[in-house]
Amino acid sequence: MISRLRGYASLAVVPALSIFLALVVASFLIILSGLTGPEGSLDLTLPFVAYASLIKGAFGSVTGMANMIVAATPLILTGLSVGVGLKAGLFNIGATGQLLLGGFTAGLIGALMAGAPPLPAVLAAVVGGILAGALAGFIPGFLKAFTGAHEVVTTIMLNALIQLMISGLVNDIFRAPGFSFARTSPVGNAELGGIGGTPLHFGVLIAFACVPFSYWLLWRTTLGFEIRAVGANPTAARYSGMSPRRMIILTMSLCGAFAGLAGTVEILRLGYYPAVFGTSIGFDGITVALLGRGNPFGILLAALLLGAMRAGAPLMQIQAGIPVEIIDVIQGVILLFLAAEIVVRRLFHLRAARTGAGELQTITRSYSERVTG
Amino acid sequence: MDALFHIPILGFVFQFLAYVIDVIVNGHIDPIILGLATPIALGALCGVMNERSGVVNIGIEGMMLFAAYFGFMTALAVSNVLPAEPGPVFGATPALVVGVVAAIAAGVVMSLLHAWLSIHVRADQIISGTIINIIALGLTSYLNRLIKPFGSAGTFQSFRPPAELVNLPVVGWVFEMFLAVGPIAMSVIVFVIVLQILLFRSRWGLRTRAVGEHPKAADTVGINVIRLRTRNVLIGGIFAGLAGAYLTLEATGSFQNGMTAGRGFIALAAMIFGRWTPLGAFGGALLFMGSQAFGVAIRLAPPPGDLGTFLTGIQQGYPSLYNNFFLGLPYLLTIIVLAGVVGRSIPPAADGRPYEKESAT
Repeated sequence: MISRLRGYASLAVVPALSIFLALVVASFLIILSGLTGPEGSLDLTLPFVAYASLIKGAFGSVTGMANMIVAATPLILTGLSVGVGLKAGLFNIGATGQLLLGGFTAGLIGALMAGAPPLPAVLAAVVGGILAGALAGFIPGFLKAFTGAHEVVTTIMLNALIQLMISGLVNDIFRAPGFSFARTSPVGNAELGGIGGTPLHFGVLIAFACVPFSYWLLWRTTLGFEIRAVGANPTAARYSGMSPRRMIILTMSLCGAFAGLAGTVEILRLGYYPAVFGTSIGFDGITVALLGRGNPFGILLAALLLGAMRAGAPLMQIQAGIPVEIIDVIQGVILLFLAAEIVVRRLFHLRAARTGAGELQTITRSYSERVTG
Repeated sequence: MDALFHIPILGFVFQFLAYVIDVIVNGHIDPIILGLATPIALGALCGVMNERSGVVNIGIEGMMLFAAYFGFMTALAVSNVLPAEPGPVFGATPALVVGVVAAIAAGVVMSLLHAWLSIHVRADQIISGTIINIIALGLTSYLNRLIKPFGSAGTFQSFRPPAELVNLPVVGWVFEMFLAVGPIAMSVIVFVIVLQILLFRSRWGLRTRAVGEHPKAADTVGINVIRLRTRNVLIGGIFAGLAGAYLTLEATGSFQNGMTAGRGFIALAAMIFGRWTPLGAFGGALLFMGSQAFGVAIRLAPPPGDLGTFLTGIQQGYPSLYNNFFLGLPYLLTIIVLAGVVGRSIPPAADGRPYEKESAT
């Protein structure tokens, strides 16, 4: 037990250091904002003020914490979407597109069943959203398995295609009358309202339940074993009778389903689908998955951390005058140090981890390879 | 001739072809096509430089955006210190020239990050590209909000080719296309041709392709794989920087958050569509942007006959889907080409694999 805990701790060292280093780097930018502000003074305490208000915004009140959990909810799901793919050696950059298609479908079904009783309405919208997301994941999976088109490129292209297609459909066909901007009809009874006066909604439960579910799926089922086996060594997996092609298609569909669910939760919370649904949740999923080391419980922690930053940032902007875009910079720099793990380890005189880094490095190696069997 | 246009379905095709030729020769949309294609083609050249030597680069978008911002801000700062009238050649001012240099430097800085991460640290190259995209978008948006830019440094002016040349029958549009544009757009043609020749006809090109296909073999014959890859990625940064400079210093004269708006990804698409060759990538960029220009041309002046009625009907009934169809076409074509439905596009064999001298594989 203790050795296991120590194993987890050694896995968490580099993510924790990366977060710390990113905050240090970002504090230079925060000091810069003091220089360009109205007083234009060099204020070295400004980073502390900013981070204090960031923490206060996320943890300072019950509402703040509830907002943090609500912000973390879709991040858990897109994090799982990317993370499960990593286990199979697949890099799902398409979470954005899968999320949009899932959310759009859920929004349409919700609008169609707006008058139905809440339970069947929500259920139908959720199932529809998951299936649509899975379809958006199936396409790059199928293309990779049977034509060798790499999923990174096809999902980048699909992200743009899906976004253009949906905004066209909302503007021209599904636009609800009587609103100043293009959006679909309200989802009515399918809307996920806050429970007990908090912004917490039913989707939070679903997302949190997905964490142990995916852990169980990956480490306690045959399917999960095959996913991990194909990710670790496709050739060996094929020789022991597994089908890498089948696993790639299945896993990409599963990734899509998680992202589709993320979109569903967001749209049912909003109550409609806006034609311009700009969101960074899909790309944030990459940070969450890598920060969580592809482990579902790690992903949960990482999503909560990012959710806290997103929820706390508005207060930081008001109190310390730091634009919320700093969160994107922090995220990018966290990823930077995670990617440069060797450098971080050398910097702090740490030994190499027993697990973790290896599986990440295998992904782009498959860029020009074709799948067999 | 007229009878051809009335054959069912095929008549539509003939009408469309005739319209395409008419728009190109008489419609004066050709300089617009080259202008639209310039950032795409430059970004694609950045991609070719990277991927031909075995480094995947999905961070072109971020490199462009970063360069666009720093080029613009530098030009603005210089124009405040050194105000000048637009010069006789392309309307160039010291501010614009310094701005272009700054943009190129910014592109190289970003590609230095990419080279360090993906070649020296041997981090995952897709993640490295993602990092560049996230940091560039976050950092430029953050700084753009902190330091509110006042005014503009202006833009480069388009060259005016002599009227006799443009009005030549049949070939006049070619001159207009390549000459009635600004300096960066004009330089693209030079870069494409030079790079195409160097890549396939020079010692450097042979070495670059060797490093991208089989680095181990290249190493065996004494090529320094790490150094060549690093150098090529940095040269790629120059092209990404120029693409950014084009957006703020030649096309618009201002900077908006996230103004690259997916151009880096279309550049990636053009590179794949052009099978990792400079000429092919340029052709891809022209085709992609040409189709968008046609979308606009059809809306403004629909072709006559059944085809026109049909297209106008779609355009008026579904304006958004009509527009987005043309915007989405590049992405769709790329997936089709990559999947090998029509003429498969295959990346260099060692693309995406970091090189380790002592590795067993």
